[in-house]
Amino acid sequence: MRNVRLIARLDIKGPNLIKGIHLEGLRVIGSPAEHALRYYEQGIDELVYMDCVASLYGRNHLGDIVRAAAENIFVPMTVGGGIRSVDDATQILRAGADKVAVNTAAVANPKLITDIARRFGSQCMVLSIEAKQVGAGRWEVYTDNGRERTGLDVIDWVKQGVSMGAGEILLTSVDREGTRKGFDIDLIHAASAEVSVPIIASGGMGSPEDMVSVVRDGGADAVAMADILHYKRAGVGDIRAHASAAGLGVRAYEQA
Amino acid sequence: MSKPEITLIDYGVGNLLSVQRGLEHCGAEVVLTSDPEVVIAASRVVLPGVGAFANAMQALEERNLVPAIRELAKRGTPLLGICLGMQLLLDESEEFGLTSGLGLIPGRVVPIPTTTVAGDAQKIPHIGWNGLVPAEGRTDWRESVLTDNAPGEATYFVHSFMSVPADPAHRIADCFYGGYRVAAVIAKDQITACQFHPEKSGEVGLKILRRFVDA
Repeated sequence: MRNVRLIARLDIKGPNLIKGIHLEGLRVIGSPAEHALRYYEQGIDELVYMDCVASLYGRNHLGDIVRAAAENIFVPMTVGGGIRSVDDATQILRAGADKVAVNTAAVANPKLITDIARRFGSQCMVLSIEAKQVGAGRWEVYTDNGRERTGLDVIDWVKQGVSMGAGEILLTSVDREGTRKGFDIDLIHAASAEVSVPIIASGGMGSPEDMVSVVRDGGADAVAMADILHYKRAGVGDIRAHASAAGLGVRAYEQA
Repeated sequence: MSKPEITLIDYGVGNLLSVQRGLEHCGAEVVLTSDPEVVIAASRVVLPGVGAFANAMQALEERNLVPAIRELAKRGTPLLGICLGMQLLLDESEEFGLTSGLGLIPGRVVPIPTTTVAGDAQKIPHIGWNGLVPAEGRTDWRESVLTDNAPGEATYFVHSFMSVPADPAHRIADCFYGGYRVAAVIAKDQITACQFHPEKSGEVGLKILRRFVDA
C-alpha cells in the first residue's frame, strides 16, 4: 500500500510562525525554526512553508527561514506565498526549497505552472488552491489567503492545473481551516477522483482520526497539519501510530 | 585530517543545493563543477538529476561530460547516481521515445506500471516514503552503500520511470510500489545509484551519504 505522507504546514508572517482561522485572525505561535526542527526530529515526512501575507505585498520573506532550515532539516520542503515568476521560484529553490507552491500568481497567469514545471520538473510545481464551498458539491477558488474570489470552479482548476504541469495539489478548505472540525472530505474526494497526481488535504485537522477519514474516504495522498502540532495537541509520532493502527500505510520511523 | 572531497556534477538541471547540503552535513568538502577535466580527476563523484532523461543527456553532452563520466567508470572512481542520475547510468530510457544513456550499468529505464499488480489504477509519479528491502536473491546488502541501514528503513522517492538492470546481480535493494518491485539501489563495480533522494530521507538517507563520503 502507498504510504500516506504526514506534512507539517507552517504559515509564516514576517519572522514568525502564525496560525489563523479560515486563514484569517492570525495569531503568533513562535519561532518557525524551533517548530520545524521539532517536527523533523519527531519524524515529519515533509514541511510546507507558506508566507501568509506575501501576496498582499507581492514579496516573500521566507528566504532566510528556508535557508536556515535547510542546514539541519533533511526532508522535502515546499515553499509558497508570493511566488510570481520563474525567477521567484529559482530564488526560493536556491535558498533550499525542494518544491514551490503557487496559488495567486497561477490564477492570474496559468502559464506560470507550465513554465515552472518545464524548468524544474513537475515534481517541483505544487499548485496551491484555496477552496470555499459555494453549493452542494461545488467549490470556488479563492486567492490571497481566502480574501479574493476568482469565479473559478475548484475541480475545473485542479484538472487544468494538472494538464498544465502541476505535479501535486495542495488543497486547502478555507471553510475548515483552523476550525479543528475535520477535513472537507467531499472536496478532497472530488479532486482526487479527477486527477492522478497526489492531493494534499489541508485545513481542519482536529484529531488523528480526521487524517484517517480524509485518506480512507477522501482519497488524500498526503495530509497537511498545523494547529494540532503547533499547540501540541498531538505529536507526529502519535499521529503516525494512530494512522498505522487504523490500517493506513505510513513511513516506518523510529525516533532517535 | 582534511575533509573528504566529493565532486558534484552540475550540468544545469535541477536544484543541487539539497544534495550539496546533505553531503556537507556528512563531512564532505563539496566541489561543484561542470568541467569535464575536474570530473575526470575527481576522487569521488556524485551525479544528481531531476527532470526528463533526454534533456539531462543533452545537457551532459553539451558540456562534454559524457566521456568524462565514462572515464570515471574505467578508472574505478567511486560514483553515486541519485534519482535521474541513477537512470542516466543505464543503456537507454523509454521516456518520451527511446534515448541512449551513459551505458555504465546494463539495462533500461521504463515507465512505472500505471496499474497495480491487483489491476487497480495507480498514481504516477511515485511520490513519498517507501521501505527498502533486499533485492530478489539477496538476504542482505553488506558491502554496499546501505551497510549501515536496516531492511524496512524508508527513503523519499519522486519518480515516474524506473530502472531495470539487465543483470539481477546489479540490484542491491528494491521498494514495492503497487505490488511491483522497483529498483531502489543498484551497483556495479565502483558505481552505486539510488532511485530515492538520500539527501531528503532524514537520518536514514544521511547514513547512506555518510557511507559514500567515508568509504
